[in-house]
Amino acid sequence: MDKLRRSMLFMPGNNPGMLQDAAILGADSIILDLEDAVSLTEKDSARILVRDAIKTIDYSQVEVVVRVNPLDTEFGSQDVDVIARVKPDTLLIPKADEEEIKLVDNMLNKIEEEEGFFAGSIKIIALIETAIGLETVYDVIKASKRVVGVLLGGEDLTSDLGVKRTKEGEEIFYARNKVATACRALKVDSIDTPFTDTNDYEGLAKDTAKAKNLGLTGKSSINPRQIEIIHSVFAPTAAELKHALRVLDAMKEAEKEGKGVYSLDGKMIDAPVIKRATLTVEQGVKLGLIRDEGGAK
Amino acid sequence: MKITKVAKAGTLESNDILIMVMPNESGKVELELESIVLQQFGDVIEQVILHKVKEMGVEGITIKAQDKGALDYTIGARAETAIKRAF
Repeated sequence: MDKLRRSMLFMPGNNPGMLQDAAILGADSIILDLEDAVSLTEKDSARILVRDAIKTIDYSQVEVVVRVNPLDTEFGSQDVDVIARVKPDTLLIPKADEEEIKLVDNMLNKIEEEEGFFAGSIKIIALIETAIGLETVYDVIKASKRVVGVLLGGEDLTSDLGVKRTKEGEEIFYARNKVATACRALKVDSIDTPFTDTNDYEGLAKDTAKAKNLGLTGKSSINPRQIEIIHSVFAPTAAELKHALRVLDAMKEAEKEGKGVYSLDGKMIDAPVIKRATLTVEQGVKLGLIRDEGGAK
Repeated sequence: MKITKVAKAGTLESNDILIMVMPNESGKVELELESIVLQQFGDVIEQVILHKVKEMGVEGITIKAQDKGALDYTIGARAETAIKRAF
């Protein structure tokens, strides 16, 4: 999990103005979308535009992800073939299952060899939005070493399940748990589905907190106005950071004294607590909230 | 190479350019450009379009372009799409 993916912002692939502005909107990753945001008659146009945007525009430190069309459509393979040759950071593969990820992996192996790119340099995020994809998510991630994360697609998933999508999101409770657990087990990022009411900031904050509390590591968004709230939810608070640093300091003391288990403020500190504290401090370092050696900035 | 039909690509939205191409019998490349920044960037926009036409080896083509402040990458991409659609 080297790259921070708290927020991933969808941008329509056939809109030049939005492609130009994508890098300055504050998202950790931008998803240049060739799928749902592009009409069937404009797929060819968007593919060429996104290809040239990646070749031309300096997206700086922002991760450039391209959502290609599903491989079982007439557009999917062409998208992968054209876009991979300009070396985006990552491809987002819709309706992902094990077979589809293996197929894309093989295509990328060939393209990287032909173009002289470092093998395995183009990463994959699997978009889990079908019942079969969800039930096999562990195998989907294992299907390629390129997979660095999973994005949960709540709208398509609930459609596949035949249930109503609600603002409260109870219907995707199981899916969020399943994705978060599989991703944590395989040490890849788990990105939550977008919150589609772009005017409800309170709802967005609650929905993001719900995802975070279930173990998801980031959230996708469909509007730049959502990014700040998503980041504020995913950033560790000052109190969380302080506590995590104290846990790690106490651990060092305990190690010196040869203790396996120790207590802090009367509470037992063991391996899981230490692990959580380590993750919090790592995130604080990535966000520049604290220095590498753990001191407050 | 010759195009065989009329085709267009792009839009009239801000930052975009609408490019229409059609075959002509003269065998030449003819370009008509309208742009909101014609005075400042007209020459550059024409160069980008003509470069793309040359790169794709197309002859006998009439191009009508309506620019709404597109950057070079958009101009090139829309020209390429229109030409590919016209084959």
